[in-house]
Amino acid sequence: MGRTLAEKVWDEHVVRSAQGEPDLLYIDLHLIHEVTSPQAFEGLRLAGREVRRPDLTLATEDHNVPTLDWDKPIADPVSRTQVDTLRRNAGEFGVRLHPLGDVEQGIVHVVGPQLGLTQPGMTIVCGDSHTSTHGAFGAIAFGIGTSEVEHVLATQTLMQAKPKTMSVTIDGSLPAGVTAKDMVLTLIAHTGTGGGQGYIVEYRGQAIEELSMEGRMTVCNMSIEWGAKAGLIAPDETTFAYIEGRPEAPRGADWEAAVAHWRTLVTDDDATFDKEIVLDASTMTPFVTWGTNPGQGVPLGGTVPAPEDFEEPNARVATEKALEYMGLTAGTPMRDIRVDTVFVGSCTNGRIEDLRLAAEVIRGHRVAAGTRLLVVPGSVRVRLQAEEEGLDLVFKEAGAEWRGAGCSMCLGMNPDQLAPQERSASTSNRNFEGRQGKGGRTHLVSVPVAAATAVRGTLSSPADLGPTTEGDD
Amino acid sequence: MDAFTTHTGVGVPLRRSNVDTDQIIPAVYLKRVTRTGFEDGLFAAWRNDPDFVLNRSAYAAGSVLVAGPDFGTGSSREHAVWALQNYGFKAVISARFADIFRGNAGKAGLLAAEVDDKVVQRLWEHLEANPGASVTVDLTSRTVRAGEGEEAIVDSFDIDDYTRWRLLEGLDDIGITLGHDADIAAYEAGRPAWKPATQHAR
Ligand code: SF4
Repeated sequence: MGRTLAEKVWDEHVVRSAQGEPDLLYIDLHLIHEVTSPQAFEGLRLAGREVRRPDLTLATEDHNVPTLDWDKPIADPVSRTQVDTLRRNAGEFGVRLHPLGDVEQGIVHVVGPQLGLTQPGMTIVCGDSHTSTHGAFGAIAFGIGTSEVEHVLATQTLMQAKPKTMSVTIDGSLPAGVTAKDMVLTLIAHTGTGGGQGYIVEYRGQAIEELSMEGRMTVCNMSIEWGAKAGLIAPDETTFAYIEGRPEAPRGADWEAAVAHWRTLVTDDDATFDKEIVLDASTMTPFVTWGTNPGQGVPLGGTVPAPEDFEEPNARVATEKALEYMGLTAGTPMRDIRVDTVFVGSCTNGRIEDLRLAAEVIRGHRVAAGTRLLVVPGSVRVRLQAEEEGLDLVFKEAGAEWRGAGCSMCLGMNPDQLAPQERSASTSNRNFEGRQGKGGRTHLVSVPVAAATAVRGTLSSPADLGPTTEGDD
Repeated sequence: MDAFTTHTGVGVPLRRSNVDTDQIIPAVYLKRVTRTGFEDGLFAAWRNDPDFVLNRSAYAAGSVLVAGPDFGTGSSREHAVWALQNYGFKAVISARFADIFRGNAGKAGLLAAEVDDKVVQRLWEHLEANPGASVTVDLTSRTVRAGEGEEAIVDSFDIDDYTRWRLLEGLDDIGITLGHDADIAAYEAGRPAWKPATQHAR
């Protein structure tokens, strides 16, 4: 019987398999950052162990680093210690590190693909749940905890029970102005935050094939937000074109051999999935969240729901709590919600394509009075590219803040945080309570919606900006 | 890692579903480079609320958390498990756990016991009616127990066999894997040359 893409990649990495035990899986690439690695290196040191494959390991500083004054010592002493600890560990164990100030520094999930290190058919792990991003290339990529980080450092393997497989087929084409972000937010509202639990998900169908690599990364990035172990997309010409010529991509005869293998990485026609979901892209519209988990979303043209709209008692209570936390009243049109801060960035939407899209909407407009717009490139490379294209000027002329690379307000670990009850429209992936700062209220949105919201000061789409544009929903 | 066979301690009813890792411990508390001290960030946003369950003296010494479904969704931060352990929790009971949280718990020695939603509801009622009452989680027999006589709650919980075995034995995963070193070396010998590397021989 045929196999799915995920099964093929999995099978290729099984080092050892025994009845009643999880598989021992080989890891092709291990990405590291400052927050989830210190205790893992400490564990190695205590046990007198080494990093087995420093040549399959890459570290960068992202979660905790400032996006202003990045050439000065980090002001917060605790953050500085954590970053210094990573530098010391990378030095001691021989791990390649791209520190603050380095041209390859940036969010770990932006850096891997950008360097060409992320390739089809690989197993990729990182102590960060959004490692699923790399699945866009047809890799099995997932987040791990610190004990597992230590395990991979010591052995280059992980013990993993084989997940079930699911296909999410998205037929049709996305209407103009509707993005990969809207697609995945729609999907999560459809499945709920636990719908993917225990599965590796393969995204397929016309709408997925039509996405750029950036869009595919946005979709795979948010796999974890509906509980999936990992999400992946079969590699195709779009994938190969993105990788070719990047610094760590194979070259010459190696390239030919690699591509020949990558072409086999598709789900066989007679393969079966444990579960299947089908959605239609052509009916999708800009989608935004109203609540405190990524499944609590509605179309931008919709209204804030009421607890009574939900049958399930847990969902009803959750809605009540979310509305209270978010300071929202049921029945309010989403477009009437005023926003204090707009954040464009993160590993979900902090790549060059995202910044181009944001600049296109903003160009010629100004950020609304009383609203601030923070634009944070996903990596230094993205920042430099944007500056070369003059996008930074577009943002600055509109009154936005143009920052250095990092996770920034995606998780509010550095000084980029919301104040209590401050409301944001954010292109990141999590609207949890306090995610962007204690008491902060987050609405997850696409890049065009973020940019239009910055201009109008209320949740908006580009169609709301000028009379010449067609309606969007 | 210490072996885990059975534990009896004060049960804490946390009537919330979808308790994500940012609620268990917000990112600003993740800056330590040690494995200890994270109890200060546990449920940080709720600790200011005098009515929050852990702020009520009967539950303050809790060691068995009983939470709603989809506990531990979100980030991969193992700090969420450490924060619970640093506070004194030995076990979490829920109707459903996020995968990464469950994995991290197993690695760090925190028992994540998955029970039927009805069992959670009954435990909540029992613990709220009897503040400070204890709950037993017995890994040997895979059962949770609370209350006595007519009211007694006794039910089984789910945990995968492998994690159960490791917890019962108190085994360290890395030690087990290093025992398969020959298999790893053999696998490495067969990896295609075009696979990417982060460092290159000069
Ligand atoms: S940008 Fe946000 S989601 Fe992505 S790695 Fe950084 S903190 Fe995690």
